[in-house]
Amino acid sequence: MSMTRRRMITAAVAAGAGISAAGVAVRLARRYGLVPPDSGGIYGPGETLTYATQRLMTTHSMAREFSRGMISKAPFANEMPPLNAEFKRHQAAGFKEWKLTVDGMVAHPASLSLADLKALPLRSQITELACEEGWSYIAEWIGAPLFEVLHAAGTLPQARYVVYRSIDRDWWESIDMADAMHPQTLLTYGMNDDDLPVRFGGPLRLRLPRQLGYKSLKFVDSITITDSMKHFGKGLGSASPEGGYAWYAGI
Amino acid sequence: MQHSWLHAAKWLISCREARVTPCYAPVVPTIVAAPATERSRHSVVVRVTHWITVLCFVALLVTGVEILLSHPRFYWGETGNVNMHPLFTLHVPSSRAMVPTGYAVLPDQNGWSRYLHFEAAWLIVLTGIVYVLASLWNGHLRRDLLPAGEQRNWKAYVAVLGRYLRRAPVKESGAYNAVQRAVYLGVIFGLLPLLIWTGLALSPAIGSVAPWAVEALGGRQSARTLHFFATIALVLFFIVHVVMVALAGFWSRTRAMVTGAVKEEQL
Repeated sequence: MSMTRRRMITAAVAAGAGISAAGVAVRLARRYGLVPPDSGGIYGPGETLTYATQRLMTTHSMAREFSRGMISKAPFANEMPPLNAEFKRHQAAGFKEWKLTVDGMVAHPASLSLADLKALPLRSQITELACEEGWSYIAEWIGAPLFEVLHAAGTLPQARYVVYRSIDRDWWESIDMADAMHPQTLLTYGMNDDDLPVRFGGPLRLRLPRQLGYKSLKFVDSITITDSMKHFGKGLGSASPEGGYAWYAGI
Repeated sequence: MQHSWLHAAKWLISCREARVTPCYAPVVPTIVAAPATERSRHSVVVRVTHWITVLCFVALLVTGVEILLSHPRFYWGETGNVNMHPLFTLHVPSSRAMVPTGYAVLPDQNGWSRYLHFEAAWLIVLTGIVYVLASLWNGHLRRDLLPAGEQRNWKAYVAVLGRYLRRAPVKESGAYNAVQRAVYLGVIFGLLPLLIWTGLALSPAIGSVAPWAVEALGGRQSARTLHFFATIALVLFFIVHVVMVALAGFWSRTRAMVTGAVKEEQL
């Protein structure tokens, strides 16, 4: 009997300590931005563990870069929904009028042409694009680091997320500031020593090599800096969770 | 042959009747506290972690198959896509139109499958950590899994396999034989860590922290292919495990993994 009682007391103390620890952990996680916008529902605990762990582990880590000889001879351009009329107008004009608008929590909202982006410090990197389906390819991606654009616009201190949208407004994504300020996060306009082809997301694609391909949005023409994802779409962080896919795709 | 639901009902009732001794209390000799017809079998840690692992295994397998169906082709090396030669292709329908399979395109199930796959992966890893730490602490690993003294030679393995092949009646010793120990150790410390490693190697974020974990496997696509082969091996283990349980007495052994004890007359 004493064994049972001792065990019961031990179990109660352990359970109490466990619950308090979990409570403290959740509070700390929220405070340090370790809870993803799609943390509700039955998959929330797993998703939060993944995001929190990887955010802590990968704040400054660099995606693997490859030698020039590793560039895929046959990169695969994924299937795309038909491009809208507005895109086709831009395409017919050689993307001369393509603009990237930058707004939200910035000191200087801006509207940048491709020429403006090309005037910013250039970065090129040979990284892998991995699709959630399982396929992949390696390419050289050339563009302006997103942090250069954010610096120029003067991001306010309370900024927590960067929302970016395709010209087809059904497609929009967001990332946290750790990914937004990461040196490999590129507003990409070139691929393999050439302009970025339309089928690979040209004229402008946000490349994010530390996450799966679906976060590397094609045809980007708008960026909004914000402190909360609550008022964007259904508040889950991007179009992906609204379609059933995780917001964070570092896996 | 009785109806299986009758079996199940009897089994449930017998579970409730059998008030088993707390076999987790090593101070009390089990034989004294237990009803004379019961013999203690599995500790509470083993039972709880076993069934959580079963739950995670099923979730990981079902969701893994769903994810696989979006690209049922495998490659070796760093990269692979439909423009490249596969190492091999599974002749199954795909949930993506761009994969040429000759079958109708299945509906996309990757969203929830991926959420659940990673959540179950977290649960099985945390459960595994609890199991291994507890097994080191309470002696389960040393006592029940590491080969016992007389099992540390080839003859012990040959003898067990010979008994299996002859379908010799099982002499219940209350302990795992040499082959069981080797297989359990192999799954716990070989196969499951390999699955975790090859799975993590698919993560571009993990790859940024531990590039060596990807490169040691031969590249990201190699990791994916090895993840698949390790899954096949685990499914084979699962099938053999369930068949062996069935041969030993499915309901008595399953009951033992729930209540912790097995009836003497069923040994």
